[in-house]
Amino acid sequence: MIAAVGQVIRRDLLLAVRQRADVLNTLLFFVVVVTLAPLGVGPELNTLRTIAPGVVWVAALLASILSLNRLFAHDFADGTLEQLLLTREPLAAIVLGKVAAHWLVTGLPITAMAVPLGLMFDLPGEQAAALVLALLCGTPALSLLGAVGAALTLGLRGGGVLVSLLVLPLNIPVLIFGAGAVEAVAGGLSAQPHLLLLAALSLASAVLAPWAIAAALRISLE
Amino acid sequence: MSSSARAEPGVHWFRFAAPAEFYRLAGKLVPWFAALAGVLAVVGLYIGFFKAPTDAQQGESYRIIFIHVPAAWMAMFLYVVMAFWAGVGLVFNTRLSAMLASAIAPTGALMSFIALWTGALWGRPAWGAYWVWDARLTSTLILLFLYCGFIALHAAIDDTRRADKAAAVLALVGVVNVPIIYFSVQWWNTLHQGASIRPSGTSIAAMMVAGMLVMVFAFWMYAIAAVLHRVRSIVLEREQRSAWAQQAVAQETRKAG
Repeated sequence: MIAAVGQVIRRDLLLAVRQRADVLNTLLFFVVVVTLAPLGVGPELNTLRTIAPGVVWVAALLASILSLNRLFAHDFADGTLEQLLLTREPLAAIVLGKVAAHWLVTGLPITAMAVPLGLMFDLPGEQAAALVLALLCGTPALSLLGAVGAALTLGLRGGGVLVSLLVLPLNIPVLIFGAGAVEAVAGGLSAQPHLLLLAALSLASAVLAPWAIAAALRISLE
Repeated sequence: MSSSARAEPGVHWFRFAAPAEFYRLAGKLVPWFAALAGVLAVVGLYIGFFKAPTDAQQGESYRIIFIHVPAAWMAMFLYVVMAFWAGVGLVFNTRLSAMLASAIAPTGALMSFIALWTGALWGRPAWGAYWVWDARLTSTLILLFLYCGFIALHAAIDDTRRADKAAAVLALVGVVNVPIIYFSVQWWNTLHQGASIRPSGTSIAAMMVAGMLVMVFAFWMYAIAAVLHRVRSIVLEREQRSAWAQQAVAQETRKAG
């Protein structure tokens, strides 16, 4: 089973490497959205420092959701997904592999990109570190919950908007704790409780979401 | 459909799992629940407006709680009921449960909307603003979004069986998430400004409680009547090709015309 998960991850990563533009576009989108905030709010550094965590998290959320259609849509179109459903390996495990690969090509680059973006918003070192750690702990939950939405809306018209409508409310806790981690540091507190809660959300979704995703895929491919 | 044929003797309840049977049963029940809702609403509003004392701190404006609190309770409660029936439909593959779930969603969304709207009207005199980012307000708004997501997903899928199942998975994921969202929002609010804008914890007069309880039951009865009425329409729509449904429609039009 673990071998199968590894295979799925390797395959999806290979596909991502071959279609580099897709991956880069997500990252670029993230950067552009974050860049828009100072243009809308004004270049006052004190304001920017306060809104930075929220802006980065909202952008990360949107980028992760917009990249979701890559998760199953291509495999659905060329029939690979049906083959995956027919394999003897448990579908939940295969799905976990796919989501892990998705996180490696979206969540992880977004987390890395938060370092220079933190500098652009003039975040002090500790807060920038909290932001990056929070993204590291929280983005897996975004990918996992998003995958539920992606699986439910597979092959539907207007799936992109619909998936946002379904997934964004579910992601609110991640957003709150993610931005809260940075604010806690800014207020002189430790970011640890927030980071632990984010990690807990990610781990709990890693346990529960694959079943929901597998059920949703079975429904969508019936 | 076939579930009524399979029902064992003595277990008559499963008879009503058949859409045709349930359609008839619901048709008989709707007027009763609707009448009960009307009577209770009149009694509750009478107590609320004429019997309950004026609040020492908030004056007359507090009286909107007789609408606001029942609506907020129903909004939360109906989501759980909806998820329950959606889950039953998913597990036991009963069509009526799924129809019931999709009939509950609009009423639940309406309740959370009423709770938000009346809350805004209440908030203006009580807090000086129509909207504050209070934990309860925000989580009710998110609840409304969840209802909208359920309805939108169901509407986006043409195949009703798939729509039922997909929406059921979404409702179940939502019901797991609702407590997490609720507590995270509460924590988010207390992090920012502390629980300052909660209505003061003064003891409520007995008449206020009575009025509120009667109104809660009125909302409950209304919700049941509205859901049953809606489920009848859904049953007819989905069974439009079957003979009994066409007969039922013909009968209804004869009665109406």
